[in-house]
Amino acid sequence: MVLCKGVVCPFCGCLCDDLEVEVENGRIVSTKNACPVSRSKFLSHAEDRAKPMVGGREVSVEEAIGEAARILREADFPLIYGLSSTESDAQRMAVRLAELTGASLDNTSSTCHGPTVLAAQECGAVKCTLGEVKNRADLIVFWGCNPAEAHIRHPIRYSLTPAGMYRQGKKDRFVVHVDVRETRTSKMVNQFVKVQMGKDYELLSALRAALRGYEVKGAAGVPGEVIRGLAERMKGCRFGIIFFGMGLTMSRGKNLNIDAALRLVRDLNEHTKFLIMPMRGHFNVSGANEVLTWLTGYPFAVNFSRGYPVYNPGEFSAVDLLCREECDAALILASDPAAHFPAAAVRHLASIPTVVIDPKVSLTSKLARVVIPSAIAGIECEGTAYRMDGVPLRLKRIVDSPYLPDREILERIIERVGG
Amino acid sequence: MIIKNGTVYDPLNGINGERMDLFIEGGRMVEEAKGEVIDASGLIVLPGGVDLHSHVAGSKVNLGRLMRPEDHRRDPVPRTEITRSGTGYTVPTTYVTGYRYAILGYTTVMEAAMPPLTARHVHEELNDIPMVDKGAFTMMGNNHFVMKYLKEGNWENLRNFVGWLLKATKGYAIKLVNPGGVENWKWGKNVEGLDDRVENYGVTPREIIRGLARVNEELGLPHPIHVHCNKLGVPGGFGTVIETVETVMAEKARIHVTHIQFNSYGGEDWATLSSAAPEVAKALNRFAGATCDLGQVIFGEATTMTGDGPWQHQLFKLTGNKWYNSDVEMEVGAGIVPYTFKPKSLVNAVQWTIGLEVALLVEDPWKLVLTTDHPNAGPFYRYPKVIEWLMSKKAREKTLSEIHRVAPSRSTLPSLDREYSLYEIAVVTRAAPARLLGLKRKGHLGVGADADVALYEFREDDIEGSFSRARYVIKDGEIVVKDGRVVKECWGRTFWVSPPGELPEDARQEFERHYTVSLENYPVESEYLPRSEVIPCR
Repeated sequence: MVLCKGVVCPFCGCLCDDLEVEVENGRIVSTKNACPVSRSKFLSHAEDRAKPMVGGREVSVEEAIGEAARILREADFPLIYGLSSTESDAQRMAVRLAELTGASLDNTSSTCHGPTVLAAQECGAVKCTLGEVKNRADLIVFWGCNPAEAHIRHPIRYSLTPAGMYRQGKKDRFVVHVDVRETRTSKMVNQFVKVQMGKDYELLSALRAALRGYEVKGAAGVPGEVIRGLAERMKGCRFGIIFFGMGLTMSRGKNLNIDAALRLVRDLNEHTKFLIMPMRGHFNVSGANEVLTWLTGYPFAVNFSRGYPVYNPGEFSAVDLLCREECDAALILASDPAAHFPAAAVRHLASIPTVVIDPKVSLTSKLARVVIPSAIAGIECEGTAYRMDGVPLRLKRIVDSPYLPDREILERIIERVGG
Repeated sequence: MIIKNGTVYDPLNGINGERMDLFIEGGRMVEEAKGEVIDASGLIVLPGGVDLHSHVAGSKVNLGRLMRPEDHRRDPVPRTEITRSGTGYTVPTTYVTGYRYAILGYTTVMEAAMPPLTARHVHEELNDIPMVDKGAFTMMGNNHFVMKYLKEGNWENLRNFVGWLLKATKGYAIKLVNPGGVENWKWGKNVEGLDDRVENYGVTPREIIRGLARVNEELGLPHPIHVHCNKLGVPGGFGTVIETVETVMAEKARIHVTHIQFNSYGGEDWATLSSAAPEVAKALNRFAGATCDLGQVIFGEATTMTGDGPWQHQLFKLTGNKWYNSDVEMEVGAGIVPYTFKPKSLVNAVQWTIGLEVALLVEDPWKLVLTTDHPNAGPFYRYPKVIEWLMSKKAREKTLSEIHRVAPSRSTLPSLDREYSLYEIAVVTRAAPARLLGLKRKGHLGVGADADVALYEFREDDIEGSFSRARYVIKDGEIVVKDGRVVKECWGRTFWVSPPGELPEDARQEFERHYTVSLENYPVESEYLPRSEVIPCR
């Protein structure tokens, strides 16, 4: 039996790196320190594996790769999408492939924190790494997110309860949850603020107004005294942070909500230290943004049909391209858009030749023309992943795998496309 | 390969414009060789350029790219049969960075600010920069353990920790950025001078600078401590840089003051800003162990990005431009603010005069390196403009006539007649930075040197144009640029240092308590340095 220590979890943007994984005869038998979701990912990594397929027929990996290359070579306007659940070398290869095929290249952030990027491109952001929060924060605001269920160890490792250099734990912090409804996260906090659905922008604006000394009588279903109280608390803390999720990015207002939140935090820095951080979902969606940015200048929704990168969310983002039925082929890497995209987008995806590279059978792999199974990054192959705060960690290989890593599959496609 | 009949400028070997042949074999300069002949008649031949302070890779650079789509869209770079696509302008993508350095004739580039915790990110990006050899300076001036051991007066632990951290991050030198000030910024504050206290630690910037300068010499690192001084960008703050130099000199150590222009401000506020370049240059002239690079302002677009969080916040408040802040636990901070240097702005015009003034008043060119602190005072591919200003009083007078009319009276620049020779240009862009970095095979063309060579067609009437597109660039013995175009993509090495030092025992426990990554996952693995070279300590 082998015990792997310091394992980095390849599930969510928390990228917990203190897991212990027990391996017996090449099989993972148990995990320690892992949250339930992570444990299940490790223990069931060998289940539901995809098989190499072309047109519903099981083929060799070589044949599937050859067919994928043919599809991309012959396409006029291909889409390459996904990237967030794989490591950064595979993401680098995806950029190369997009460049060679004149493709549109998008990652899952266009359907999660894309609005966060757009807002930051308007006004910047005041950010920090998670250790700053653990060591210093005395005020934590969870806004439109539910770490208790989506980032399960975030409160224990980074935000709520950990003892840091200047904080002994939960008793030294005041924690607020702002959301449209109570969730398990609301049970962990000192104050729950219920905001009316779609009114986050209003509440954020009211907080900014209160901060500037304007009389605020109430907004977004929140009484004036609560808003004034929260503004005073934010102003008066020594080190505060807002963690926000898709409740803010994907509700009415989208990037304008984030813009308001970023500006609120900016304003707060006139009074005290205050920061803000998006709760990134997939374990390496941050990395997808990083890699695309250092190679193209842009974090998502990039198009290469002119031979150089052009950025236009709304035009080159996957959902929009698919709903407008513009792309004539697609390669989906480490993502399952058929499970998340609007029906019109999925219909188009099913109607064009689609290549899926994924370790597992997914809704998307079921409608794909070509399926290429791959090794799971962080369990079956190594690589780099970027935590939600931008800290890069080395993913480990815990067990051997008969499958090729994503990066190698992409390299082989690139060779055949003519790289 | 033979480079025939070129006019060679090789200051480290005392060669000043001699017509001669150079020989290359196996990627090195040799006594005699056969093979391809490059006709260099009418061309000047210089060692490949060495940039010892630039921001080209890592989390802060990438945030600068991310936040500025408007900056990239004016400067798209299409792919070719040989090269990858990308975008400029002030913060180019990694491939474009490599190509543009090469076209300029530069073959070695140092990333000047690597946060230890995100060192992997720096190395990932460095591995995607083609054409040049590279390295990165590890930021330490606000590191928890550095300040803790200084407070305790535990020199052995401090030395051990610094040695270990350089190895763990695969760094090249010790970098300090606003020492102590950035830790205070994590509570929204700063330090006001060298003897101000760092909150909770009780140490002062002076003690941090002195301590790291001493450790730097004890470890025998090839480069001096590389310091972004306190009180950067503060009118009237020039005294701090002089005091900093004096502090290090009293330790009998070396110091490299980076982007000194930003620290050479006289006056009392922005309205009365004046040049203090003469005072600062005088201090540099006085001490053999003190060197600097310019951070010369180029008029036009820039993206300011430094590890100096509080300064970037100040700049945000001054400009109202978008502002990124990025604090890293236990170690560092950073900020990014886009900025436009305007010739008709009095402040910007005075800033412009200061860099050139320092360059002209520091007597010994070996103490000076040409930089723009890319992309802070302007992008690196505008270096040829700086060369023109240094070489031609006429070019300076032309710009002086175009800037804010009051600015010339705030500076001694109009009175300075000095013009750099080609030999001196070769010193400040090649020989001096290579020597300062302790890279013995760089910055010269003597036997045994790396065959990194740049050939230019030099025209007196178009100095900027002459240096903007090299006629030939040879990297490790291969022609990689011809007539200002990349003809071959190549991959350089990453330089790092491996001094003695292990992580002290007491740091282990503290590390696990206060960081959010495990100690075992902290050091950068060898996978991130596929092509690297350890440069020996003295």
